[in-house]
Amino acid sequence: MSPSKSPEDRAIEHTDALVVGAGHAGLAVSRFLGGAGIDHLVLERGEVGNSWRRERWDSLRLLTPNWLTRLPDHPYQGPDPDGYLTAREVADFIGGFAAASRAPVRTGTEVTSVRAVADGRGRDGYLVRTDQGEIRARSVVIASGACNVPVVPGFKDALPDSVRQLTPFDYTGPAALPEGGVLVVGGSATGVQLAAELRRSGRPVVLSTGEHVRLPRTYRGRDVLWWMQSSGVWDQRHDEVDDLERARALPSPQLVGTPERSTLDLNALIELGVEPVGRWAAVRDGRALFSGGLRNVCSLADLKMERLLDTFDEWARKYADDDLTDEPQRFAPTRVPASARLQLDLRGGEIQTVVWATGFRPDYRWLDVPVLDAKGRLRHVGGVVSDSPGLYAVGLPVLRRRKSTFIHGAEDDAREVVEHLAGYLAGRH
Amino acid sequence: MTTVTNGVNVQALLDAREVLKGAPEAAQFTWRASSTWRDGVHSTTTVQDFFGLGEERSHKTESVFEADHPEVFAAEDNGITPIEYLLVGLASCLTAGVASVAQNRGIQLRSVQAAVEGRHDIRGILGADSDVRNGFNDIKVTFTIDADASPQEIEALVAQSQKRSAVFDALTNPTDVTVEVA
Ligand SMILES: Cc1cc2nc3c(=O)[nH]c(=O)nc-3n(C[C@H](O)[C@H](O)[C@H](O)COP(=O)(O)OP(=O)(O)OC[C@H]3O[C@@H](n4cnc5c(N)ncnc54)[C@H](O)[C@@H]3O)c2cc1C
Repeated sequence: MSPSKSPEDRAIEHTDALVVGAGHAGLAVSRFLGGAGIDHLVLERGEVGNSWRRERWDSLRLLTPNWLTRLPDHPYQGPDPDGYLTAREVADFIGGFAAASRAPVRTGTEVTSVRAVADGRGRDGYLVRTDQGEIRARSVVIASGACNVPVVPGFKDALPDSVRQLTPFDYTGPAALPEGGVLVVGGSATGVQLAAELRRSGRPVVLSTGEHVRLPRTYRGRDVLWWMQSSGVWDQRHDEVDDLERARALPSPQLVGTPERSTLDLNALIELGVEPVGRWAAVRDGRALFSGGLRNVCSLADLKMERLLDTFDEWARKYADDDLTDEPQRFAPTRVPASARLQLDLRGGEIQTVVWATGFRPDYRWLDVPVLDAKGRLRHVGGVVSDSPGLYAVGLPVLRRRKSTFIHGAEDDAREVVEHLAGYLAGRH
Repeated sequence: MTTVTNGVNVQALLDAREVLKGAPEAAQFTWRASSTWRDGVHSTTTVQDFFGLGEERSHKTESVFEADHPEVFAAEDNGITPIEYLLVGLASCLTAGVASVAQNRGIQLRSVQAAVEGRHDIRGILGADSDVRNGFNDIKVTFTIDADASPQEIEALVAQSQKRSAVFDALTNPTDVTVEVA
């Protein structure tokens, strides 16, 4: 056979690195690929920063403050470093980054399949199918997001038809809901934020929560995320974390970004009139059955928060500068109701709407490479998918550090993943 | 580092966790009990065999449990009431958890006492009031622990033992129960 390209081969486009997704993570990768002079493409099914344009509710603001909102060489430069961006502003911020780094993005291009191909001539790589044609890539970076699909428990089908069910992807704001009571399921950032705004709209709100991460908005006069950042907790690496599986499954912290910088833990919600109940365990005869373990998940959250604050104080004693004058604080334990309800009749009319704030998962239906574990999670070590050389990922929980899924966490991960990828292309591993 | 001796082989448990992560079939256990009616509300239940790690297994000896009702229920009191067995299960499960977690965290225990109280409105089982449930209204467990640890670490031991407790889960979450006639 002649060593020249076959006709099919010539017709098809080639690139050294193909990035799936133009969210902040994919764009951060593109930035470093560009810096290393690596020929690459970023494919995006929608627009740049699509998830912030299409998948967030109306009132959403980042829970991370503006001074922390930064991408490689692209810090927030607006007038309010202590504020929190709206979803639209995040999309614009990401768009600004894409423009500034002149990222080679093709929008409106959905990746429908990625397959490993070996052509027997030492040019192994991936065949990427899109709704706009095929591309051969020597390496592929999965930057398609960790939150593509809301996760909803299987018993959703057992709910009576009279109850309307929404996920955070369908939810826009209280005005779009029917009048009447709402059962918000999930005590992470999303759950507490939606419970608070629904309660403020005048509706009775029940919040069902299992294990959750309690944090005060500010601690000793600073945003609690300043502490996470400064004390180095967020920089803790994937290979230093005690129980990586657990760290990766941790729900988002109970935080909201508001001008008042107010805390939104269960005590704040109880103050607003939200009724907490235990984890929603099952539906039986049209009734929601909640776990009787609410008190323990609250103790666990209280204890974990205290341990974290202890870590902050210890760090402050050793390293903080003198302008940190505010004294250590401790917060009242969660005021768990004396007897939380264990069941709720969903046919009785008390609850008109159920909002599932039960987390998200990635969608890998387009990934035709056998690199998922039994639970559908990508097998990787620090973003390197070792089972399939040349395949990488960014933007997954604790990918390389605790801060991996946050906007400011993309830079360090993207840099290191691109370093590995560059070595792979150069034949070093 | 001092060696902590709570008598729990935590290493074996951690090893088992690693092995079973990759072998979910082997992790499937079936616990069994077999009960015979004596007379009145008195029954005798024996426990010896179970299935686990892929095969039939046995406890070293058979355990025998008498259940009856107290004399105030006009019974003979040949043993504790069935619902009290739930307290036995809960207390022993949480206590085992405290010991295991303490061992894993390097905390030396000197004594662990648990007082368990289940409040029960018996109008439910008597059918005297249909709004009253049959089971416990609530259960309260109070631990008294003497250990080389701060009060906060002891709180954390107790919280973690609930998080990993089979009986705590079985009592606080609904379980699908099938009862049929052979
Ligand atoms: C509700 C919510 C609130 C959050 N709040 C904060 C916060 O306050 N602060 C913070 O730092 N982080 C926050 N995060 C976490 C994180 O910043 C976001 O999830 C962020 O969107 C992740 O960026 P990403 O680039 O990894 O993924 P995404 O933003 O999801 O980007 C992935 C891109 O890939 C595209 N894509 C997916 N599949 C394909 C395909 N097959 N073909 C082509 N394109 C594809 C998508 O359209 C999307 O544009 C939040 C997340 C959620 C869900």
